[in-house]
Amino acid sequence: MEMLDLPAHELRDAVAGRRVSAREVAERSLVRIERLDPRLKAFLTLRKDAALRDADALDASIARGEPPGPLAGVPMALKDNLCTRGVRTTCASRILGNFVPTYDATVVEKLRAAGALLVGKTNMDEFAMGSSTENSAFGPTLNPWDVTRVPGGSSGGTTAAVAAGLATAGLGSDTGGSIRQPASLCGVVGLKPTYGRVSRFGLVAFASSLDQIGPITRNVRDAALCLQAIAGPDPRDSTSASVETPDFLRDLEAGAKGLRLGIPKEYFGAGIDPEVASAVEAAIDVLRRAGATTQEVSLPHTDYGIAAYYVVAPAEASSNLARYDGVRYGLRAADTRGLLSMYEETRRQGFGREVSRRIMLGTFALSSGYYDAYYQKALKVRRRIKDDFDAAFGSVDALVCPTSPVPAFKLGEKADDPLQMYLADVFTVCLNMAGLPGISVPCGLAGGKLPIGLQILGRAFDESTVLRVARAYERETDWHSRRPEVAEA
Amino acid sequence: MPGVLPVLNRAAYELGIRAALALHCEIAPFTKFDRKNYFYPDLPKAYQISQFDIPLSRQGWLDVDVAGRALRVRIHRAHLEEDAGKLLHPELREGGDPADDGGGGGGVRAGRAGYSLVDFNRSGVPLLEIVTEPDMRTPEEAYEYLTALKRVLQYSGVSDCDMEKGSLRCDANVSVRPRGSETLGTRTETKNLNSFKFLAKALAHEAARQIKVLEAGGRVVQETRLWDPIAGETRPMRSKEEAHDYRYFPEPDLVPFVITPAEVERIRAALPEMPAERCARFVEQLGLPPKDAEVLTTDRGLAEYFESCVALENAPRAIANWLLGDVRKEMNERHLDIESLPVRPERLVELVRLVEGAQITRLVGKDVLTEMVVSGKDAAAIVREKGLLQIADAASLGPIVDKVLGANAKAVTDYRAGKKAALSSLVGQVMKETRGKANAPLVTRLLQEKLGG
Repeated sequence: MEMLDLPAHELRDAVAGRRVSAREVAERSLVRIERLDPRLKAFLTLRKDAALRDADALDASIARGEPPGPLAGVPMALKDNLCTRGVRTTCASRILGNFVPTYDATVVEKLRAAGALLVGKTNMDEFAMGSSTENSAFGPTLNPWDVTRVPGGSSGGTTAAVAAGLATAGLGSDTGGSIRQPASLCGVVGLKPTYGRVSRFGLVAFASSLDQIGPITRNVRDAALCLQAIAGPDPRDSTSASVETPDFLRDLEAGAKGLRLGIPKEYFGAGIDPEVASAVEAAIDVLRRAGATTQEVSLPHTDYGIAAYYVVAPAEASSNLARYDGVRYGLRAADTRGLLSMYEETRRQGFGREVSRRIMLGTFALSSGYYDAYYQKALKVRRRIKDDFDAAFGSVDALVCPTSPVPAFKLGEKADDPLQMYLADVFTVCLNMAGLPGISVPCGLAGGKLPIGLQILGRAFDESTVLRVARAYERETDWHSRRPEVAEA
Repeated sequence: MPGVLPVLNRAAYELGIRAALALHCEIAPFTKFDRKNYFYPDLPKAYQISQFDIPLSRQGWLDVDVAGRALRVRIHRAHLEEDAGKLLHPELREGGDPADDGGGGGGVRAGRAGYSLVDFNRSGVPLLEIVTEPDMRTPEEAYEYLTALKRVLQYSGVSDCDMEKGSLRCDANVSVRPRGSETLGTRTETKNLNSFKFLAKALAHEAARQIKVLEAGGRVVQETRLWDPIAGETRPMRSKEEAHDYRYFPEPDLVPFVITPAEVERIRAALPEMPAERCARFVEQLGLPPKDAEVLTTDRGLAEYFESCVALENAPRAIANWLLGDVRKEMNERHLDIESLPVRPERLVELVRLVEGAQITRLVGKDVLTEMVVSGKDAAAIVREKGLLQIADAASLGPIVDKVLGANAKAVTDYRAGKKAALSSLVGQVMKETRGKANAPLVTRLLQEKLGG
C-alpha cells in the first residue's frame, strides 16, 4: 500500500517508530504533488524545501529520543486563508496575491507543535466565498474523481489534495458548508467543529460569527486526531470558548447502539438528487442495524436558512474585507490619483466578481434605513434556526441527513448563476447559523463514480457524539476507502 | 493585518468603569462593542471598534465651579472605543515639520511633498469617550468643565490627561440661538482643540461666526470644523455630501459582557475622594479658607501630602500656609513636583512644629526649608548645626537692641519726632544683627521701652 494512503494515525506511528523517516514521507508527498497537481491544481504555494527541513528536524528529534507529537510526520495541506509566517497567504485573491504574513495562525502553531509536515497552501474560492472553488483568482481546482467537475468549495483545494492522496490530511474553514460540502463531493471526511471550539486567530475572516476551522481527512479517526490537535481556548480569540477539550478518541469506537438519531424531514425535500436521497437513506439503515434508533424530526426554519445566511455573512464580510484598501499590504493599484481613486481602483482590480457582489450585498444590508429590514431580521431568523436545533436535540443525540443535495457538478455549470450556487449550501448553512458541529462522511457513489456525503449534526461542543456516529457508520461500510484514480496531466 | 483578532483590554475596561463612577454615571449591567465602518487611511481595519447602542455607562454629572457659581454639567454617556492612527502630510521644504491633519475623517490632501504618512502607534489603543448634554452656555463654562473633568480623571487615576501627549482630547459642539429662545440652534463640531485655551478661543470664534451667518440671513450647516490655531479660526473639515453612513453592527469578534453589581462596587470602593468633595471637607472640617482648599485639592498628590501632614500635626492652617507659600515657591524654583519633593510630610511637620512652638522664627524657618530641600537634612539638625534657635529672652536681646539704637541715631530721632514707621527699620536692624533669630514681638517691645513708648 502506498505510504501516503495510510491513515494519519498509522503513518504517525510508523514515523514515530522509525519504520519510515519523516523525510521519506515528505518527499513522497512532494513527488506526488509534482506529478498530479498540475492536473488538479489543488495547491497555490508549496513549502518544498521548508517541509523537507521540518522533516529532517523531526527525524533528528525522534532519533534523540524526544517524544513525537500526535501528528508527527503527517503531510498536511492548509487552506490559503490560514496565516503562515513567511509563506504567502492569498485567500485565492489578487488583492492578497503578494501578502506574506509575519505570524502563524494558532492552528498552524498547534499543527507544527503536533509534528505535522505542512506541505503547502491550497486553493479555495476567493475569501472562502463559493461552493465550487471556481471563484479563485488563480483558476479552479478540479475534482479528482472527475476532472470535468468541481471539487466543491470553498475548501476545494485541501479537499481535492486529501482525496487524491497528495496530503494525508488538511485544514479547511467552514462558514456555510465550506468543509462539509467539498468533503461530500470529493468522498472524504470533513468536520466542522462547534463555533468557539477552535481558535480563529490567524484565519483571514470572511464572516466572523460563522467561520470555523476544521479538519479534512480520509477517515473519522484522523478527523478526531486533527481536531484534538487544533482545539482549545485561545486568549488571542475572544470568541474561542473556555470549555474543556475532551478526549475525542475516547468514545470513538463506542458504536451506534443506544444512540437516538433524528432525521430532519426538511433535508429530504425538493431539489435533492434521487441517488443522493437513496444513498443517505441506506446509510441511515446501516446505522439502525448497528443499534441506533431513529425518529423523524422537524427543523421548520430550514427554508429561511439560505436567505438569512446571505444577509448575515455578506454583512460581516463587507466590514471584514474593507481593510483591503491598498494602504498597508497586498495589492495597490498603480497610477491612481488621490485617495478615493486608490481605494476604488485597488478594490476593483483586487476583488473578483463574487466577492464584489457579496461586499455590495452586505453593505446594502447594513445601510441606514435597511438595517432593520435585513440584518436585524436575519438575526431573528438565526435565533429561530438555533431554537429549532435546540428543540430537536431535546429528543435525539444527533441528526443525520445529506450534506449536499447533489454530487459534484460540472465546471462552469453554476458559475454564472449565483443563486443556483448558493443553493449548493442549502443543507449546510443552518448548522453554521446555529454554531453547531457537523461532519460529512462518504456514503455512496452516484452513477458508480461521484461521491455522496452523509452529514451528521450534533449538539454544541458535542463533537464526540458526532464523531462516534460517523465512526459507527464508517465501521460498517467501505466507502471511505474508495480512492479516485487520477491520471497525470 | 489579515487574520488578527481584537481582545478586550481589561485595564481599560476597569479604568472606564472607574471614570464613569467618578462622574456619577450608571454602569450598564450588559454591554457590547460595535463596528463603526468607514474608510480612512488612519483606520487600518476600515472600521473602528466602538460602542453604539449600549454604552458602558450613561446619565452622570459633574459639578463645576464657574467664578464662584455652581454649574452641574450632565454626562450623556461614556463609552469605550479604540483610537485611530495619525496622518502626517510632509511638506516639500527640508526640515519642515509634517503637518498634522488633526485626525479622523475628511478628504485627505497630501502635503506639498506629494505623499502622506500614517503613524499607527496609537492605533487600537483604548480610549473613553465622555459625551455631555448641552449644558454649557459660554466658552468659560466649557473651559471650567474641562478643567474639572481633567481634575476628576487625574484624581481617580484614569489618565494623566496630558493634552500634548494626546491622553486628553476634546471635540466641542456649539450652537447659537436668539436670546429667550427655548430650542437649541443647529450645531457644528470643532476638532483639533489641542489646549484648554484653544477650546475657549475656538468656541468664542465659532459662536461669533454662526451669529454672523444668521444675522446675514444665512443658515448654519451641521458640519465638522477644524480649529486652525495659527489663523485663529475654524474652517470646514467635512462637507455635508461626505456625511457617513457608519453601518454600525455588533462586533462579532468580541463577545458581549456582563458587569456584575459586585464588580461595580469593588471599583467604586477603590475610588479616591473626588476633588470637589475633598475641597468641601477641607473647608468645613479643617477650617481652611475656600481658596486654599481649592488649590490644595486641584492636585491629588498635593492634597494627599497635606492630609499626611495634618494627620501628624493637627495644624491645618499653618501647614496649608507652608505648602501654598514657601513649599510651593521651592518647588517652582527647583522644578519639583510634590512627588519628587525631598522633604516628606513628617519632615515638614517637624519644621512647622519648630516654628509654631516658637523655637525658631518664621524667617529662619524659610531658610531651614531651603536647606532641607537642598541637603535633605531634617530641620532639627539644621537648626542645631547652625545655631538658629530663636533668641527670645530680654537679657540676650538687650545689648543688641542698645547697639542698634546707638548706631541709628537718625531713626531714633525720627521715631521720637512722631515717625512711627522708623520703628520697623530698627526692628529690621535687630533682625539683621541676629541673622533673623530674634523674636520679633519681643524686639519690638524692647525697642519701644527703650525709646520711651
